Amino acid sequence: MRPLLEVANLAKAFGGLVAVDDVSFSLARGELLALIGPNGAGKSTCFNLISGQLAPDAGSVRLEGRAITGLSPRRIGRLGVGRTFQVAATFASMTVAENVQTAILARERRVFDVFSRAARAHRTEALALLAEVGLAERADAPASTLAYGDAKALELAIALAQRPRLLLMDEPTAGMAPGERGALMALARRLVRERGLGVLFTEHSMDVVFAHADRILVMARGRLIAQGPPAQIRADARVHEVYFGSGRLLASPAG
Amino acid sequence: MRGDSGDAPPLLSVRGLDAWYGRAQILFDVALEVRAGEAVALMGRNGAGKSTTLKAIMGLVPARRGAIAFDGRRIERFEPYEIARAGVGYVPEDRRIFADLTVRENLEVGRRPPRPGAPVWTLERILALFPALRELLDRPGGRTSGGEQQMLTVARTLMGNPRLLLLDEPSEGVAPIVVERMAAAIEALKAEGLALLVSEQNLPFVAEVCDRVYVLERGEVRYSGAMRDFVADEAARRAYLTV
Amino acid sequence: MLSSFAVQFLNGLAGASALFLVAAGLSLIFGVSRIVNFAHGSLYMIGLYVACTAAQAFGKGPAGFWGAVLVAAFVGAALGAAIEIAVLRRIYRAPELFQLLATFAVVLLLRDAALYLWGPEDILGPKAPGLEGAIEILGRAFPAYDLLLIAIGPAVLAALWLLLARTRFGLLVRAATQDREMVAALGVDQKWLFTGVFALGSALAALGGALQMPREPANLGLDLVAIGEAFVVVVVGGMGSIPGAYLAALLIAEIKALCYGIGTVNVLGTSVAFSKLTLVAEFLVMAAVLVWRPWGLLGRAQAAVRAPGPPEPPLRPIGRGASVALAALVVALAFLPLAARGYPYLTVLAIDILIAVLFAASLHFIMGPGGMPSFGHAAYFGLGAYGAALLVKGLGAPMEAALLLAPLAALAGALVFGWFAVRLSGVYLAMLTLAFAQIVWSAVFQWDEVTGGSNGLVGIWPSARFADRSAYYLLTLAIVVAGLALLRRVALSPFGYAMRAGRDSPLRAEASGIPVARVHWVGFALAGLACGYAGALFAFAKGTISPETISVGRSIDALVMVLLGGVQSLAGPIVGAATYTSLADTIMRATDYWRALLGLAILALVQLFPQGLAGGAARLAARLRERAR
Repeated sequence: MRPLLEVANLAKAFGGLVAVDDVSFSLARGELLALIGPNGAGKSTCFNLISGQLAPDAGSVRLEGRAITGLSPRRIGRLGVGRTFQVAATFASMTVAENVQTAILARERRVFDVFSRAARAHRTEALALLAEVGLAERADAPASTLAYGDAKALELAIALAQRPRLLLMDEPTAGMAPGERGALMALARRLVRERGLGVLFTEHSMDVVFAHADRILVMARGRLIAQGPPAQIRADARVHEVYFGSGRLLASPAG
Repeated sequence: MRGDSGDAPPLLSVRGLDAWYGRAQILFDVALEVRAGEAVALMGRNGAGKSTTLKAIMGLVPARRGAIAFDGRRIERFEPYEIARAGVGYVPEDRRIFADLTVRENLEVGRRPPRPGAPVWTLERILALFPALRELLDRPGGRTSGGEQQMLTVARTLMGNPRLLLLDEPSEGVAPIVVERMAAAIEALKAEGLALLVSEQNLPFVAEVCDRVYVLERGEVRYSGAMRDFVADEAARRAYLTV
Repeated sequence: MLSSFAVQFLNGLAGASALFLVAAGLSLIFGVSRIVNFAHGSLYMIGLYVACTAAQAFGKGPAGFWGAVLVAAFVGAALGAAIEIAVLRRIYRAPELFQLLATFAVVLLLRDAALYLWGPEDILGPKAPGLEGAIEILGRAFPAYDLLLIAIGPAVLAALWLLLARTRFGLLVRAATQDREMVAALGVDQKWLFTGVFALGSALAALGGALQMPREPANLGLDLVAIGEAFVVVVVGGMGSIPGAYLAALLIAEIKALCYGIGTVNVLGTSVAFSKLTLVAEFLVMAAVLVWRPWGLLGRAQAAVRAPGPPEPPLRPIGRGASVALAALVVALAFLPLAARGYPYLTVLAIDILIAVLFAASLHFIMGPGGMPSFGHAAYFGLGAYGAALLVKGLGAPMEAALLLAPLAALAGALVFGWFAVRLSGVYLAMLTLAFAQIVWSAVFQWDEVTGGSNGLVGIWPSARFADRSAYYLLTLAIVVAGLALLRRVALSPFGYAMRAGRDSPLRAEASGIPVARVHWVGFALAGLACGYAGALFAFAKGTISPETISVGRSIDALVMVLLGGVQSLAGPIVGAATYTSLADTIMRATDYWRALLGLAILALVQLFPQGLAGGAARLAARLRERAR
């Protein structure tokens, strides 16, 4: 069987600065793959190349064998790539349920329906998705009143409304407390298992990475310098040199 | 300056601090103290009110109530710039580098005249503390990496020669190796006699650099004590830092 | 031929200097305060008036002339500082569009102040002593004074550059341009920084005005003309970029000069008067630049403004009680002509209000749910009005057909302009829509044969069936109520949600499969269509239409109505339009200084209800409910 995501020889430069340099990797269904590295290593660029926010200078991105290189974010989203953003992006002027309903309406290609009542459309499905991420009771609360961790969960529900096969999560636990981080990643893990998704995520919190990733990619200065299971990465001397340092100040969930 | 705590009045004293964003109350009756030359950690979960506490001290939260005294003066009615001039330096969580200004100009904006009782910073001394900035002096602030910006934002505030530094989540979103450098810088600042109030979630980091700790939960101070005791008290850590 | 172009080129350079002075000040002020200062043009106008008066007082001779120019600049600085301290300082935390509203109120106040001080007649200033003559360049006469102007532009640019790059004040200004709160947290008293910048920018505007003394008479219309041109320059150059402002001023002035230079040319058998196309050319340049470089020639994407307004509450369908009350209101309104028998004027005013309500609601549709603040909504109003008039007058169509079809002209206009506009956001979008409205305005103004030019079209009366005021009122009521109901329905539909999704978080919306630009484009077109109905109704209500239907002033009226009512609620534009129209009507009939009163009223409302009238009422209701519990 083909891997869910195949990235081959991806490259992107801004002006003279090479941001992503010949990066290749693949991701299987049911896998949680972490992308880590120092700030400015090219993680975000790499992410944006896959999700279509940027067009690569060279290389290819394939989703279940189909080339999605250089397509618009919307097309890529439609082909089954869901995404969450570093700062949770939700529709602040809607209720929690309406956020998900709007995404479902878009999936059902009803964006240009000017007559039916949006608040009544696909409500059952939206509530089911909210239940999955643990937000069922907050369904009718304004999304702008959610605590940050809940907003992240809502974002996940919005992404799931598209029925994605691949989830791209950009620093999913940024700005969350250690305990919340674990809960969110456990949720992602459960979705991966139940829905057969693949997840690619960037992350700065090493406890999250080592506790939840099946495999880890390490980038530095635009290149992939290591990839492998957590134990192997933890032992990698080069990774220590450019990223971990001595490792004594890595935050851990229970402190 | 160090070690003159004892009976001397604290450098910063906060009593009965309430703060609101819109109609939502974020802080409830927060009280804390920082003595001269002391590094104090402000911990708590996300949304517990750590950033808001620092912003409220700095006058950056429009709606607040309570008594804030700094260096013997009441500052709760001061404007942010007056609080800065009184000797409080604020380093925001999101760094807020002036992206179009060069690194040198960023530092220049922060420059204030020296003040008695506070370490005096010159460009040379700043560069000795953060050597990585030397090569970047003429580069626009927006074109430096996240770790470099974290150093720059601290350096910029130091240029105002503060007596107290409010550091908001300095370890958030930077590589572990940068966190280590930040810890070393904080040790150096303490050695200069600077007092620090550090909002953080990274316990190993604050355990290494801070003397005392306050823990916030839903806008209230729920724990305060020596850092050493808190690190040893697993029950307290579990209760206040994990979900 | 060549020498003619050379002289036109020099003319362009002189024009660029004048444009630059005004635009640089506006750009500087925007950069630091993030306020688009409508009153900037008023300072230009007042600079010219003050200079003329001072020159008269100082007597002839170079000292008198240049002394007057300096006095004007100082008065401008003082006035700018006063405006900042008295008005703007209180509203830095208010939503962006509210700040606009407040500066517009200042425009109204200053206009009437000038009317009071200098009267309605134009005032002619003296020539610059020693520079009255002309110098021969390539065999053509060129005014000596204009050569001086050519030099002043780059000189001011250099001085500003030195100030910004080499002084601490300049450093702080540049820092505050990026993050003013952080500058304050670093110990800088930003209040005085802001006041200083306002004074400097206003001095430049007044200086620009004063230097026009030998070139044009001072008159009361200069404020909006100057602000319109300065907006274009600033947006083309990039908001906040001083060199960009100079470059843009140069580009625009030269293109205008080129149009004059070409004169009237035969193109494919028809004669085209390029000299009449300067306005169109100017705005075409702006549209082209903005589509090619959305942030202007030397500008950069604006960081999101910190401290935005409170989040918008979710839309709720109106309850049963409210819908009954609304229905009752509509029925009551239908009986208004009966009640107004003794007061025929009441029906006339009611028609005006209804039309204003539809006009404002159509603007709100894109401004609120769509997040697209249009500063040129009068374009679609005018297209509807002129469309109706031309159908009746030119093609002899009956009123009913004209009412039905004319809004299609507005729809077509909105489709074309919207295609460009939805690619931009915020201030840039506002300026581009303003530019498009000016193109429509100038086309109507200059196409004498068809539109009647500045005289407009007369005798556009309703058909016999609706000739009676009351009958026309009922027709208007029916169309306006239907329009409002449809707009609301669309706002609550999946399309309306997609529009809001694209506004709340374009990234999230695109990632979820919503084609944001296309959705906003369709929304823009629908709003244009609805606005076209308001315009067509207006034409038959007045019987006469002129280019005034499309003026900047009318676009601003709509903006004021929406902001007054509150952007965040669907009822906002209705309340705002009704309040504004009746207020303006009442004051206008009471005094010659109605603008000043209106301005004061707006300032008071802005201070009292920063969420708009409807928003303020909702808050009050919520607070009362809480207390009752």
